[in-house]
Amino acid sequence: MMKKTITYLVIGMLFGITMFKSEAASWFRIYEMFQFDAFHMYGIIGSALAIGVVMVQVIKRKHIKDTTGKEISFSPKDMSISRYLIGGIIFGLGWGLAGACPGPMFTLLGAGFLPILVVIVSALLGTYVYGLLRNKLPH
Amino acid sequence: MDFILEPWPWYVSGPLIAFVMFLLLKVGKEFGMSSNLRTLCTICGADKNCEFFCFDWKKQRWNLVVVVGTIIGGFIASHYLSNSTAVDISANSIASLKELGFDSAGSSYLPSEMFDLSVLSNFKILSLLIIGGFLIGFGSRYAGGCTSGHAISGLSNLQLPSLIAVIGFFIGGLVMVHLLFPLIF
Repeated sequence: MMKKTITYLVIGMLFGITMFKSEAASWFRIYEMFQFDAFHMYGIIGSALAIGVVMVQVIKRKHIKDTTGKEISFSPKDMSISRYLIGGIIFGLGWGLAGACPGPMFTLLGAGFLPILVVIVSALLGTYVYGLLRNKLPH
Repeated sequence: MDFILEPWPWYVSGPLIAFVMFLLLKVGKEFGMSSNLRTLCTICGADKNCEFFCFDWKKQRWNLVVVVGTIIGGFIASHYLSNSTAVDISANSIASLKELGFDSAGSSYLPSEMFDLSVLSNFKILSLLIIGGFLIGFGSRYAGGCTSGHAISGLSNLQLPSLIAVIGFFIGGLVMVHLLFPLIF
């Protein structure tokens, strides 16, 4: 239990450090990305993705197991257009405005930018309101 | 060691993100950050009046530990692993941001116009942070994931739904930055 917790903590720390040092947690980099003014963000997402695609293929074909001995499996996502497109656009509007997505916002909190707490609490509120309206929204 | 203190280039950062995803898969989990927002809602009592939040949040405790790590990582990176935290964005972006009134462009990590402590008493900026955060939380749950869950995890598994979501992310971001920023700032 303790060992597992430390593992997750270290993975999170690696993620947090990477988000900060890559500047993917910087509002300015997100703005620059949406302005198509630099390759930086596209390079980060693109290289992560290129490696990720190969990684998933290798894991599937070689039936690689996780540390518990279970074969690593991937559950396909339910198909829909409205849900992903509308939800995606709403998320994108927030991403462009606040300049942080749900990982980096916590990195920024650790880096000491306290106003990001307003963004985090509002994101919780947004999640809650989605939960309340879920049955009335097209999915 | 100096290169660690400099901003990390994309070809180091991207592979590291893939490595984080690999580590999570290897320990039997998956890479997705926005689901933590739902878990936190449940812990705050959202399951009392909303069925969407009724689930065994303890099964998601591992991901909350990842979040704690992410916070600590941000602290370590900014305090011990950085000479300077000014983000060297392109001259074009600096110029267009200065036009919008962001004088801190090119000389800080986040725009002081939006993330300085003084904004907490600035009604307009405070509203923008609240609206931005709300859209992020609402949109990521509606879309079933955010940048990590869709753009990295989902696309790595060649999921069409994730591609649609990422196209949505970009439509939203482009509309915000190109059409709405000139009206807002």
